Amino acid sequence: MKEITGIKEYIKPENLVYRKSSLLTDDIMHYCPGCGHSTTHRILAEIIEEEGIQQDTIGISPVGCSVFLYNYIDIDWQEAAHGRAPAIATAIKRLLPDKFVFTYQGDGDLAAIGTAETIHSCNRGENILIIFINNGIYGMTGGQMAPTTLPGMKSSTSPYGRDVATMGNPLKITDIVATLPGTFYVTRQSVHTPANVRRTKRVMRKAFQYQKLNRGTCFIEIVSNCPSGWKMTPVQANKWMEENMFPWYPLGDLKVPEEQQDQQPKTE
Amino acid sequence: MERELRLMKGNEAVAEAAIRAGVDGYFGYPITPQSEIIEYLMEADPAKTTGMVVVQAESEVAAINMVYGGAGCGKKVMTTSSSPGISLKQEGITYIAGAELPCVIVNVVRGGPGLGTIQPAQSDYFQAVKGGGHGDYHLIVLAPASVQEMADFVGLGFDLAFKYRNPVMILSDGAIGQMMEKVWLDPPRERSKEIPEWATTGKTADRKRNIITSLELDPFRQEVFNRKLVEKYDAIRENEVRFEEYLCEDAEYLLVAYGTSARVCQKAVQLAREQGIKAGLLRPITLFPFPTKRISELAGQLKMALAVEMSAGQMVEDVQLSINGKIPVHYYGRMGGMVPTPDEVVENLKERIIGG
Repeated sequence: MKEITGIKEYIKPENLVYRKSSLLTDDIMHYCPGCGHSTTHRILAEIIEEEGIQQDTIGISPVGCSVFLYNYIDIDWQEAAHGRAPAIATAIKRLLPDKFVFTYQGDGDLAAIGTAETIHSCNRGENILIIFINNGIYGMTGGQMAPTTLPGMKSSTSPYGRDVATMGNPLKITDIVATLPGTFYVTRQSVHTPANVRRTKRVMRKAFQYQKLNRGTCFIEIVSNCPSGWKMTPVQANKWMEENMFPWYPLGDLKVPEEQQDQQPKTE
Repeated sequence: MERELRLMKGNEAVAEAAIRAGVDGYFGYPITPQSEIIEYLMEADPAKTTGMVVVQAESEVAAINMVYGGAGCGKKVMTTSSSPGISLKQEGITYIAGAELPCVIVNVVRGGPGLGTIQPAQSDYFQAVKGGGHGDYHLIVLAPASVQEMADFVGLGFDLAFKYRNPVMILSDGAIGQMMEKVWLDPPRERSKEIPEWATTGKTADRKRNIITSLELDPFRQEVFNRKLVEKYDAIRENEVRFEEYLCEDAEYLLVAYGTSARVCQKAVQLAREQGIKAGLLRPITLFPFPTKRISELAGQLKMALAVEMSAGQMVEDVQLSINGKIPVHYYGRMGGMVPTPDEVVENLKERIIGG
C-alpha cells in the first residue's frame, strides 16, 4: 500500500468539509470500532448545538454501554439506575417544563428491566424524547441475551441460539409504545450508512422540536449493531444487521402526528 | 401569618406540611397504611396554588427514581410509602445516597416480613438505620411520636437533607399515620427559587456541565468518595443528634423507645413511679444519628436499661452499643401489628428487676 505522505498540506480551510460538534468533548470514546453509539452521540451533539439548546437540555444516561455518555456531550446529565431513565426524565420534565429532556437507553435497559418505566412514561404521555438503541444484545456485560435478541441468535446466555420456546420471543417494544395514546411520534431508524445517519438526524431534530408542542412522548428506536458482542467485523455486523435485524425491526415511522401539516415544525 | 390549629391524621399532616413547606414535587404509589398522603395531595391540588407537582407513579421503584430526577434538579422532592413499598425503593435510595441528593422519604411502617400486616410496627429499624440498600451509606432518620412531629419533620427533614446533601427518612408507623390529633401547622412558605450550583437545570456558559451520578470505576477515586461520605456521616453524628428525656434526672431504670412505643413508655414511666420504681424515658428523635453519647452518660446512674420497640429487637442493639456492657440492657416488644400496653411494659420491667 502506498504510504500517505504530506497529509498536512491537505489540511487547509477550503478542504474542511466536516467539523466536530463543539458540544462533543475531547474525551476518547470507549466504544468498540464500528459501534453505532458514537455515531448516534455525534448526531445528538450536533442537533443540540445547531438548535442552540445546550442551556435548556438535560439528558439521562443509562446503565449499559452508553453509561459514560455524560463524558462525551457537554450538557447537564443525570445517570440513571438500570431501566429507570424514563421515571427520572418524568420528574425533570414535570419540574422544569421549559427544558428539553431526553433519555438514551439500550435494549436491556429499556425493554427488559425498565419495561414498566418505559410503558408508563409513554402512557402518561410525558413530554420527553426517548432514544432507544436496539442491538439485540447486552454489550457492556459481555454479550448476553437481550429482550430483543433474534430467534436462534447466539449470545453468551443463549449459546445454542435463542430458543423462543423457553427464552421468549424478541420484544417489539417500539410497536407497543406506538399503540399508546400518550406517544406523539414513534419511529425506527438506523445509523449504519451515511443516508441513514442523515435520516436519523432529521427525525431526531424533529423529535426535539416536538417537545415545544407539549403533545406527548417522542420515541426513536435506532436499530444498531454490536460487532464485539456479535463476534463480527464492523462490515460483517452491518450486513448481518440488514439481513437479520431489519426484517424483525423494519425501519420507518410507526406513528406520526395526525395534524402533521398544521402542527409539524419546520425541519432544516 | 400565624400558625394554624387543625385536627388531622398523621398522614394528612405530612401532606399538608409538604404543601406548606414549599415542596416542589411529590411522587408516590398507594399502599396501606399511608395512602391518605397521596389522596390528600391529589385533592388539595397544590399545582394550582404553590405549583407543587404531584404524580402517582406506576410503582414505588418509579416513584423513588422520580425523586432522584427531581432532587438532581435541586428541587425539594419527596415520596412516601409503607414497609413493602420502602423495600422496593431501596435501589433508588442507595443511588440517591451515592449521588448525594437531598430528599425526604416517609415510611409509615407496618408489620412484616413480606406482605405481613397493615397494622403498625417498628420492624424496619435496621433497614432505615443500618442501610437498607447496598453500599456504605446512611440516611438521616427522624422518628416522629405525634401528629405534630409528622408535620414538623417534613420541614426539618428538608432542612437537614439540603444541609448535608443526604436523603432523610421519616420513620413513622401505622399508628402515628392513622391517628388524629391536634396539630399546629406552620404558615405556608414560598417554594424556593434558589438553584444549588450542582443541580442539572441546563448547562450555562458560566459553569461546567453538572452530572448527577454515583458511578466511579476507578477504585482509588471511589474510595476517596467513600471517605468523604464517612466524614459527612461523622459530621451528622456530631451535630444532629436529637432526643427527648422524661424523668431521667434521678432515674435508675431507663426505658429507651421511639415513635408509638415512646408514647406507651411515657405512661409506663408514670405507672412505675407510682409503684416506687425510679424509671425514666429516653426517646430518640433521630435514630441515625443515635443518641449514643447521652445514653452512655446516663449509664453511670442506671441499674438497667430496657429497649421497648414494636419489633423482634432491633434498636436494642444500638442501646447495647451505647451502654457498652456497663449495665444490663434488655428488650421488650410486641410484633405483627400488636402495640404493647403501659402495664405490659411495667410488668416486664419489674420481672427484669427481680430477675436482676
